[in-house]
Amino acid sequence: MTAMAKEKLIFNLVRGVTYFVVIVVGYLLFDIFIKGIPTISWSFLTELPRRSGAEGGIYPAIVGTIYLVSGAIIFALPLGMASAIYLSEYASQGRLNRTIRLAIITLAGVPSIVFGLFGLGLFVLFFGFGASILAGSLTLAFMILPTIIVSSEEALQAVPMGLREASLALGATKWQTVYTNVLPYALPGMFTGSILGIGRAAGETAPILLTVAAFFLPRLPKSIFDQVMALPYHLYVLATQHPDTEKVLPMQYGTALVLIVIVVFFNLTAIILRNHYRKKIQW
Amino acid sequence: MVKVPKIKLLIENVNFFYNDKQALFDINMSIPDRQVTALIGPSGCGKSTFLRMFNRMNDIILGTRHTGKITMDGLDIYDSKTDVVKLRRDVGMVFQKSNPFPKSIYDNITYGPEIHGQKNKSYLEDIVEHSLKGAALWDEVEDRLHDNAMGLSGGQQQRLCIARALAVEPKVILMDEPASALDPKSTARIEELIGELRKKYTIIIVTHNMQQASRVSDHTAFFYEGALIEFGKTHQIFTNPEKQKTEDYITGRFG
Amino acid sequence: MNTWRDKVIYTILVGSASTSIFIVLLIFFFLGKEALPFINDPGFSGLFNLRWIPVSFNKEIFGLIPLITGSVLVTLLATILMIPFGVLGAIYIAEIATGRERSFLKPFIEILAGIPSVVIGFFGLVVLSPIIKDIFGLSTGLTAITGAILLALMAVPTVITVSEDAIQSVPGAYREASLALGANRLQTIFRIIVPAALPGIIAAIMLGMGRVIGETMAVLMVTGNAAKITFNPFDSVRTMTATIAAEMGEVAFGSHHYQALFWVGIFLLIMTFFINLIAQQVLKKYQMR
Repeated sequence: MTAMAKEKLIFNLVRGVTYFVVIVVGYLLFDIFIKGIPTISWSFLTELPRRSGAEGGIYPAIVGTIYLVSGAIIFALPLGMASAIYLSEYASQGRLNRTIRLAIITLAGVPSIVFGLFGLGLFVLFFGFGASILAGSLTLAFMILPTIIVSSEEALQAVPMGLREASLALGATKWQTVYTNVLPYALPGMFTGSILGIGRAAGETAPILLTVAAFFLPRLPKSIFDQVMALPYHLYVLATQHPDTEKVLPMQYGTALVLIVIVVFFNLTAIILRNHYRKKIQW
Repeated sequence: MVKVPKIKLLIENVNFFYNDKQALFDINMSIPDRQVTALIGPSGCGKSTFLRMFNRMNDIILGTRHTGKITMDGLDIYDSKTDVVKLRRDVGMVFQKSNPFPKSIYDNITYGPEIHGQKNKSYLEDIVEHSLKGAALWDEVEDRLHDNAMGLSGGQQQRLCIARALAVEPKVILMDEPASALDPKSTARIEELIGELRKKYTIIIVTHNMQQASRVSDHTAFFYEGALIEFGKTHQIFTNPEKQKTEDYITGRFG
Repeated sequence: MNTWRDKVIYTILVGSASTSIFIVLLIFFFLGKEALPFINDPGFSGLFNLRWIPVSFNKEIFGLIPLITGSVLVTLLATILMIPFGVLGAIYIAEIATGRERSFLKPFIEILAGIPSVVIGFFGLVVLSPIIKDIFGLSTGLTAITGAILLALMAVPTVITVSEDAIQSVPGAYREASLALGANRLQTIFRIIVPAALPGIIAAIMLGMGRVIGETMAVLMVTGNAAKITFNPFDSVRTMTATIAAEMGEVAFGSHHYQALFWVGIFLLIMTFFINLIAQQVLKKYQMR
């Protein structure tokens, strides 16, 4: 076989392997879409579930997911952005800096179920929040914190050094420089990075399993100390815990579709925005 | 009658390090007031590092340290009591790559005065006009002050950066190869401008362009591998250098 | 005026950044706090029993070995599967694909990375496991290999993204030098670029493994959850993560079973911590980040 033929063969093989992954994922999305669509209706989205989720809608699970995600953002976004500003703009080569970075890497690698155990130990039991929106949000917040820090820091680093130097050379203080000449240009990137974290929080099941989620709770929460249903957990329950999983298969597909639409919507928005800003900002 | 210039900056036994690597070796020199001092030498000789010591810009690079003393008008600029923010107001800087803020021309100029607390609008307008005139840019941008500065040409951007530095009324202006990225025509305008500015400001300019150094400066310092080889009147350095290395460099035998 | 404001802001920023350290310490502390009483009663050595029988009328046994072997089996299978797809995928995207293909493939991989694990698990349960059952003629499709396939799918984006970064960071001069010597693209890719990027690719695989060990929902839903020691890919297994997720809801707080589950968490945390740490060190050493 000639070298050219060999090259062609192997390139096609590599292409085949790559597109195999694409096809599998495409099939997954397609399957859920096609089988989930018939279930989706106004009443499915806005009604309370009945008969352990066999009938009715998934409204409380949607609301619960929105509460949990909003809560996680409220805690994680300011904390993550402030951490990123420190690491990118202020940190020197000290031991503190190295320790913070090690901690962030460690946090990023902690399995989600371990976050769940931690949330259970700290928020549910030690602080006495019980299984509640508050405990679940805080747990999710800690879980998405590394994502927000890392992507925010990337956005800050993308702002050219020259702007900082120019500002400092004019006698601006560090914070004046960061506030007027770094943050405004980094913010879009910081937010898009955070959207990826939000998408992750919306789809996570393991941490909320132990800290907030209610098996079946056909009503809306009244306070942050209430339990809620959540989409990913609801899907898990319908698929594995329901007495008649075969019969509620349409409900499972419907729930999976709603969940995937929410998560993919967040991710796609983040990706599109990020690519847009990457192209737009030319220094 | 020979006029002896006043000394603006006095450099005594200065060494500088990036982590373990020494970049400057025992520099001693004095920079005269309201004259142009050029720092020349091959790339990596430490001239830019040296320039960035006068407004303590090296402070923002991690892992740098220095020994020795630099005084401006008798005050130690590295003293722990020295306010680095105040120092940078007195010592302006123009960078190699023009770096206007991605804001309007007007906002670029007023940025400095505003962060130093100037709020009076008519005063700010005066500063804008005055600074742009000082940087010989006023005529070109007079009627589009609120356009984005990124829309200016390279040469105009660099003059805007000079105007921006003038707006905070510095005493010293540091220029780090201000014309290296510009076409010959823009370069000529910048050089002309330096000739104007030297009447009011002490200027220190780093350049790798020897013709430029000989055209614009009163004094020239030649750096080689982190050491100050020779410092003297520009005319003398270029016509009758004392050190062999200086002669080799200016005659183009290396670098 | 500016000085004190700058100081206040600096303090807030340092404080925020230090929270990460604080959280890590809290995680270790609270896992330890809940798990520790187990050492005195029924005793630390109980964790090394070969059986996990947490609910029993006579004697409960909390041996972690079957759970650890379950996790290890699934992780190894998933790693074997994710290496070709992840590494070849990265090579394809970085070196072979056209610009247009790349602008479609990269977002697609990111979408894959974002699909919630419970959805992947659901897909595995209703679509993949019947296929596995039929193809291999098994009594159930809920096996280690089913879980491993799903986990590989979830880890592939990590492996692709990090490997691609490593490949991209190979200096263009290597590529040009090789091509200039008359090597074709294939030779250049596999003899020059991939070897140069190898540390980054290995780190990518390790990060993928870290993700796989810690993954919960997909394995909980499709591996059958039988706590037994086996190295047969077509057997049901129970992983460490799935054990916590499945059993924590039913235990009495403070019971031995509860403490044992926290021990599972501690072991899990230590395993992922070291895998990630080594991967990060490799990346840092070879400057691929």
